Amino acid sequence: MRIALAATCLADTLFPGAPRATARLLERLGHEVVFPAGQACCGQMHVNTGYFREAVPVIRNHVETFAPVADGEWDAVVLPSGSCTGSVRHQQAMVCRRAGLDELAATAEAVSDKTYELSELLVDVLGVTDVGAWFGHRVTYHPTCHSLRMLHVGDKPLRLLQAVEDIDLVELPEAESCCGFGGTFALKNADTSAAMLADKTAHVRETGATVLTAGDMSCLMHIGGGLSRQSAGVRALHLAEVLASTREEPTPLPATTFTRPERHDRTEAAR
Amino acid sequence: MSTFLGLPGLRRSTGTGSTATGAGAGTGTAGGAVADEPFGPVPHPQEPLRWGDAFPAAAKQTLANDQLRRNLGHATQVIRTKRAAVVGEVPDWEALRDAGSGVKEQVMAHLPELLEQLERNVTARGGVVHWARDAAEANRIVADIAKAKGADEVVKVKSMATQEIGLNEALAEEGIAAVETDLAELIVQLADDMPSHILVPAIHRNRTEIRDIFLARMGDAPPDLSDVPRELAMAARAHLRRKFLSAKVAVSGANFAVADTGTLAVVESEGNGRMCLTLPETLVTVMGIEKLVPTFDDLEVFLQLLPRSSTGERMNPYTSMWTGVTPGDGPAEFHLVLLDNGRTDVLADEVGRSALHCIRCSACLNVCPVYERVGGHAYGSVYPGPIGAILTPQLTASSGGVSGHGDPNASLPYASTLCGACYEVCPVKIDIPSILVDLRAREVDADRSRSGIDPWAAAMKAASWVMADGDRFALAGRAATLGRGLGGRDHAISVAPPPASAWTRSRDLPAPPAQTFRQWWRDEHTDPAAGPAATPKEQR
Repeated sequence: MRIALAATCLADTLFPGAPRATARLLERLGHEVVFPAGQACCGQMHVNTGYFREAVPVIRNHVETFAPVADGEWDAVVLPSGSCTGSVRHQQAMVCRRAGLDELAATAEAVSDKTYELSELLVDVLGVTDVGAWFGHRVTYHPTCHSLRMLHVGDKPLRLLQAVEDIDLVELPEAESCCGFGGTFALKNADTSAAMLADKTAHVRETGATVLTAGDMSCLMHIGGGLSRQSAGVRALHLAEVLASTREEPTPLPATTFTRPERHDRTEAAR
Repeated sequence: MSTFLGLPGLRRSTGTGSTATGAGAGTGTAGGAVADEPFGPVPHPQEPLRWGDAFPAAAKQTLANDQLRRNLGHATQVIRTKRAAVVGEVPDWEALRDAGSGVKEQVMAHLPELLEQLERNVTARGGVVHWARDAAEANRIVADIAKAKGADEVVKVKSMATQEIGLNEALAEEGIAAVETDLAELIVQLADDMPSHILVPAIHRNRTEIRDIFLARMGDAPPDLSDVPRELAMAARAHLRRKFLSAKVAVSGANFAVADTGTLAVVESEGNGRMCLTLPETLVTVMGIEKLVPTFDDLEVFLQLLPRSSTGERMNPYTSMWTGVTPGDGPAEFHLVLLDNGRTDVLADEVGRSALHCIRCSACLNVCPVYERVGGHAYGSVYPGPIGAILTPQLTASSGGVSGHGDPNASLPYASTLCGACYEVCPVKIDIPSILVDLRAREVDADRSRSGIDPWAAAMKAASWVMADGDRFALAGRAATLGRGLGGRDHAISVAPPPASAWTRSRDLPAPPAQTFRQWWRDEHTDPAAGPAATPKEQR
């Protein structure tokens, strides 16, 4: 398959490990990955904060960048994020229609029909649950609200994780409870958000896991931010980073929650 | 045992000794000063749908109440678990939800005709129907009926509609004491408090607090009352029994009204509601106009959906239905007050109108991670939680569903992470997250005409420009990588200037990486001999 990667604005800028791992994983499974460089953001932040008018050009850019998938140039678009996939599927066309852009809305729907969150692409489209991964660490999985309740990915991510060789997968208590991120909620209602985060990080720590994983870097940034502040010794890795790991080329365990190994990092030597 | 003479706390009166001093604790008067409150800071709102600070500030206060958080955390967890268990045993639950949603859509589409049909049928069976445009009209109607009957005390069935219009306070101003007979509502009333939950209004209190409230305020509570739930219930039972037997007028809400028969229905757990509905000579029911169902058969759907969603029971213990009046059986006089109070404005709103589908089960409150932490009072309305966040601002909005900048209710649509748990459990499938987002957009658009610089608007505008173009975004990403030195050896930023300081107060931020993903991709996919392998521009 020829798969277009939508890296997400957040991961592109702050967590390049997630889209890198997504590409590495899909290539290992024998697929061709392309990265349309015109991409930037799906518009979720603007829409969810109520800035529909400002969301329109952002959505237009996303839709036009990925429009070739509707014409068959690529077979699918993969988004390693539950909330961005949710926004593509449930918000983009609605916002375009509100702005009177029916044609753009129709294209958005056509693109959305071929857009998949990572676990959906792997299990539903590519038909694999065992991706041949090896990851010898204790891992707990946070299901993320939008993957769970907007996309209904169900246990797909867990099935993928269960098939990973040597993984010690432990259940997260109260897993389905929101971590308190909610995009701009974390800033607009910082106190409430922090109270929710405190409970989530406590549950993560209860598991004794070395690695917290999820299908969405934004939730991981939030929970990871809390764990990092607490020096909890738990690393936040995207689901793709766990699944991309093999015995031959294991995803290294970062030294701290947010550290990222920088392959081909030319500045590393100078540090 | 002392005799309780009757006037429950008068919320708005000052220094009139409005509280009965019972055995033991010498309570002060409810003078409105929060510091003097014997049972912790309680709100004394002028408006039942708009009180206190905007949500973020109000939530900050309630979050600081450790007892509240523990009470709520425990209670919501228990109800959540019960609900999940009894919903799980219904094989056609999703079909029931679809049916419930479908019936409510039908009701909203034909509301005027159905209301007229209800009026005809209630009248034909000996009831009297009143129409109230707002809270003041509804309160006036109820007060006039009570006065005409010479009643200085009325017993009440737990009802959200009468909470919404502040009926108790309005009656008190006319010298009529309204006695709440639902156990939890009685607790709230005795503490001169406000409900913090639709179904369990005293959810923020634990049993020790309840014992203290009974001892101080009930008047006839046994002096050796313990905090064992059975003892507390027995004390309330003895207290209320006298009220039931002496009351001439009862006031209730309604869970449902059947248009084609004129039947009203109240579902409850304690039987106190049935006492009110059957013993007094006169019954006044105040009902929001959206509570209709078209036919008696439709009750089948809702009597399955409601108890399982609300109390987590297969069936509620008491279902009372009455149609007009029946000589020699129950009240001799029945009045139905149909309350608008902003509902027709909500009905006119294509997106927001499904908030009127709500059957007040409170399942959305019990699963909401925000409600679970902050409790009901933070929402500044008798309708808290996710449903309150979409219903309250719509009911109080000035026009076009907009609250406006100075209105604390404008903050309610933002009181959610959009986690979707509310939508998932709603028995009538109200898409609360989508309506929240829509209401946010209205506030944003209404603010566009304001002068001055709103930092949020400015940031969103700037972000829109950057994020609408791959090249501009790439440039911004490159700029961000220059900030990688901001993090220490752990690549984490712990202190940041506003507005990021709201984040770094309790969380670290990752420092930007040395390379963005797209920089890495370009390096990886550049064949030094042939130039860029991927030609970004042609794909745009």
